[in-house]
Amino acid sequence: MKGRGPDFRRYASPPLTPCAAQSNLPEMGRYFLKRIATLFASLAVASLVIFALIEVVPGDPASFMLGINAAPDTLAALREQMGLDDPVWLRYLRWVAGLMQGDFGQSFTYKVPVTELLAARLQVSLPLALLALALASAIALPVGLWAAARRGRPSEVALMGVAQLGIALPNFWFAMLLVLVFAVKWRLLPAGGFAGWSDPLAALKSLALPAVALALPQAAILARVLRSALIETLGRDYIRTARAKGLSRAQALSRHALRNALIPVLTILGMQFSFLLAGAIIIENVFYLPGLGRLIFQAITQRDLIVVESAVMVLVCAVILVTFVTDLTYAAIDPRLRRRG
Amino acid sequence: MRPLLILGAVLSALALLAAALSLVWLPYDITQHAIAQRLQPPSPAHWAGTDLYGRDILSMLMAGAQVSLAVALVAVGIGAGLGVPLGLAAAAHRGSWIDELIGRGNDLIFAFPSLVTAILITASFGPSATNAIIAIGIFNIPVFARVARAGALSIWTLDFIRAARVAGKGRARISVEHILPNIASLLIVQGTIQFSLGILAEAGLSYVGLGAQPPTASWGRMLAEAQTLVVMAPHVALAPGLAIVATVLGLNLLGDGLRDALDPRLRGRVT
Repeated sequence: MKGRGPDFRRYASPPLTPCAAQSNLPEMGRYFLKRIATLFASLAVASLVIFALIEVVPGDPASFMLGINAAPDTLAALREQMGLDDPVWLRYLRWVAGLMQGDFGQSFTYKVPVTELLAARLQVSLPLALLALALASAIALPVGLWAAARRGRPSEVALMGVAQLGIALPNFWFAMLLVLVFAVKWRLLPAGGFAGWSDPLAALKSLALPAVALALPQAAILARVLRSALIETLGRDYIRTARAKGLSRAQALSRHALRNALIPVLTILGMQFSFLLAGAIIIENVFYLPGLGRLIFQAITQRDLIVVESAVMVLVCAVILVTFVTDLTYAAIDPRLRRRG
Repeated sequence: MRPLLILGAVLSALALLAAALSLVWLPYDITQHAIAQRLQPPSPAHWAGTDLYGRDILSMLMAGAQVSLAVALVAVGIGAGLGVPLGLAAAAHRGSWIDELIGRGNDLIFAFPSLVTAILITASFGPSATNAIIAIGIFNIPVFARVARAGALSIWTLDFIRAARVAGKGRARISVEHILPNIASLLIVQGTIQFSLGILAEAGLSYVGLGAQPPTASWGRMLAEAQTLVVMAPHVALAPGLAIVATVLGLNLLGDGLRDALDPRLRGRVT
């Protein structure tokens, strides 16, 4: 800063912005456009990173896939199928163009279009993630509310202690214990495998234990976030006003505090959905479920790079889209967030 | 006194002690198989029993603590070492293209499903403890960058920073001399949380065979080996799981307790 001196304009208070209601639409529109631009930029960079990590870093993908003992003509055939003789930028553009048209290429090990594989696996992963999320919310919402309403009492301390324990639980270990109790000892639910949706009840039964194993640690996190968000809102002036005009603590909690506390909860829920969709990979392995995560894992061990790059891209797209939707949702709920961009 | 902080400190210290002790001494040699002793339940000779190959589970747990803690600790080091300077830079140049670039970079890393990417990295570069560290460390960078930026932004508005500006100090110097010490408690708390998450991540990676490779002991792989034995000998699966839970719980309690002790304004808040 020598010679220039400090820039005092930096410290002036920001110009007063007009009331949100007045300039609601243009502001929301600007925010929306900015987020759309970020969305496409993120997708573009993500595709570049995935392509680089999978097709460029290992050297020649064809020899990586076939191993060192591959016959030269098999190698040449695969190189041609993957178009490896073309320059890297052309291969990247072809891959992206294919993705946009829903053409994800042909799996090298399964010999079927990757789109078919992904669709089949999503039939397991998507319901599993949704089931786990629903279960986590169903546990966390009442627990969080209850804990916030009874702050400081022994029952709340005990409940939050259980939540701490839930967060520390590795879900795959918890899954093993669930199998031991519910599948081996009591024989209530299957220990693994997935029969398909032709028998919905059997399908739900085989998703039950994995969903519980995924949901419980998530529920513990969610309950803690909700509790602390509620406690923070309960200290606000408008809650005091609500109490002063005669609302009971429970009424103030449910009518005013809950709505405001839902913003951080919504953020966590969005993150958890993406985590559950992608992070089920280990749980899918414990229960031998044919889901997306297990597909990626198997494809990596079988060196089926075509499947790996498309499946990872689909997952990353899902995560970016979920984040985009959550951002827009809470910008719609809370006008202050739009200005931050 | 703060009973939870003490409990957290004790549990964390136990794990650290076990890891440190395993460097110089173990109750039993875990490189030797003793098939005649296999799958024994806990006894005075083997406090946590023995595994499928007759190895002492307590000794395996102590050796595993070393790997788990080392992987998680170095991953936190990578995250803090790169993330904190980025976050400080973003806050110092708030609203500029630097801030924007760092923010978008963080979003991008967050968009990648961490576990899948970790599996991708360990798969393309080979499974090993080092690659597990890199995979976990990368995802710590945006966490520390965000925490550092958010903490730094609130400090930048304070009067003593203006005074430092008036005195002619540059942004980088202010960040190091004035901002960093003031956000240190935030960073320490986040560090313990990421440390515990790193232990869970390491356990997950070695459970699917992508962490430390045999003969190195690791909690995750002990669980993977126990999976088929859980009906016959539940203690084989219980011991490593309890070790993970106790360590992660200890670190989380320590983090929460430290946060309350260091900054009473943050009491009860979830980070």
